Amino acid sequence: MRKHADVIFEFVSLGALLVALAALAALVFDLVSDGGSRLSWQFLTNIASRNAENAGVYHALMGSIWVIALTGALALPAGVAAAIYLEEYGSRSRTARFIELNISNLAAVPSIIYGLLGLGLFVRLMAMGQSVMAGAATLALLALPVVIMSTREALRTVPNTIREGSYALGATKWQTIWNQVLPMALPGVLTGLILALSRAIGETAPLITIGALTYIPFAPDGIWSKFTVLPIQVFNWVSRPQPEFKANAAAGILVLMVLLLSMNAIAIVVRDRQQRRGRA
Amino acid sequence: MTTRTLEWIIERALFLCAALSLLTTGGIIAVLAFETYEFLREVPVLDFLTGTEWTPLFSNQKFGVLPLVVGTMLVSSIAMVVALPMGLLSAIYLSEYSPSGFRRIVKPVLEILAGVPTVVYGYFALTFVTPLLQQIFPTLSGFNALSPGLVMGLMILPLVSSLSEDAMRAVPQGLREGSYALGATRMQTALKVVVPAAFSGITAAFILAVSRAIGETMIVAIAAGQQPRLTGNPFVPIETMTAYIVQVSLGDTPQGTIEYRTIFAVGMLLFVMTFGLNLFSTWLRERFREEYA
Repeated sequence: MRKHADVIFEFVSLGALLVALAALAALVFDLVSDGGSRLSWQFLTNIASRNAENAGVYHALMGSIWVIALTGALALPAGVAAAIYLEEYGSRSRTARFIELNISNLAAVPSIIYGLLGLGLFVRLMAMGQSVMAGAATLALLALPVVIMSTREALRTVPNTIREGSYALGATKWQTIWNQVLPMALPGVLTGLILALSRAIGETAPLITIGALTYIPFAPDGIWSKFTVLPIQVFNWVSRPQPEFKANAAAGILVLMVLLLSMNAIAIVVRDRQQRRGRA
Repeated sequence: MTTRTLEWIIERALFLCAALSLLTTGGIIAVLAFETYEFLREVPVLDFLTGTEWTPLFSNQKFGVLPLVVGTMLVSSIAMVVALPMGLLSAIYLSEYSPSGFRRIVKPVLEILAGVPTVVYGYFALTFVTPLLQQIFPTLSGFNALSPGLVMGLMILPLVSSLSEDAMRAVPQGLREGSYALGATRMQTALKVVVPAAFSGITAAFILAVSRAIGETMIVAIAAGQQPRLTGNPFVPIETMTAYIVQVSLGDTPQGTIEYRTIFAVGMLLFVMTFGLNLFSTWLRERFREEYA
């Protein structure tokens, strides 16, 4: 009897897991069957249009690339510097403990709240308007906790003997960090950055809140340009009642997912190379 | 400049970057508090928190936030009914039963599930799950709380399962061996030894999941409708706090008007709710870590 209950329980648990995986399969199947036929070279190179057949994602794809590149440029130096401080300098001080607690809480603040911060701070107070810069600054704040936490992990994997060896040769603390610790931690830092950016590229709500437009028929031409991004374009198409636009939304999602998965693939390759080097 | 001065300057600069996170929290609170204060000068706080009608965008303006709060709770509860038991069962399977090869394949797939942008889940809820449910419940409206709730549960499931699994794997092997030695089966060990031992870690995961559900935006903005309604009926269109913020952001609401300020007041309420839950979750995890340190 106990044995039977055990086997039944094992299958129920496995069943819960399989339902989740089946739902993922249904999601992929639904997307491909709805949007697969809309995917074409024209879809990638055309801009938004009132006519579903002619509409494409070029402007939104370019917007996403601009915003993400700038987000990375803002979040990487600030995040790495913060992580170095917490890991190498202040890890025992009370301020550092408080900052740590604050960072882990920030990581769980809903993204739409960051959108309200961006709207109040960047768009209005700093008068950046609804620009690529305002969007990237908002997403950089959103990505910072993740970049900081993954950089700290990477710094922790650098053996202490490396630091001690460097000190023994007369290097200062900063020389040790800059010349020895950071280069060794770099692949881990980059992996964390790419994963943080792959999350940011799918973010919709904070950019809608700062006022990134849902209909904008041109690609950005600079950091002060107005913009839209792929997920917002998808949202715009989903919200329309006509089924042709739903097909466009599915195709737009497929483009977004390909972008996301390739970023994840790059992160995995970087991590693997690091591990191979670690073993050598 | 001496090396020592340079080192000092660098350390200060690094500290400033670390302090940026404090400024972010401060900035969030300042922006929300400022606009909320302006809002509350026109709407009494009691009317805001206990009013049962929310019509800021109509000519007859009413600012009772309860319909949005109830809508949020309704969708989040449906999500939790899916995510908590299924996430916990998945975690038990992965931690206590699964062969390691299976685990190595399934964990990255669950990570993909967690990394799918929420706008994609919104599309899935509106165009796949809702029509499917309408075949079972013909009275189900095209926009409703049920479908986004179920899909949100699916989205949160990997979070619950991965955090719970971490908590269960941190339970010392000796406890399991002791249980087996007394003749317990794997199910008895899992449910009566491992889960109770990992209880605070699992609870922390659950609370974080609730917080994530409350703050989730795009699924409900796409599939739940835009009708703030004080109801527990999952078959009719409703509106959540997050979906309302999106709705106003999409329109052309001028800065400084009361309509514009409503999104900050609603945002403040959302921030307070999620921040409280997050702090509680962190506190629970910290306590748990000490138990087996």
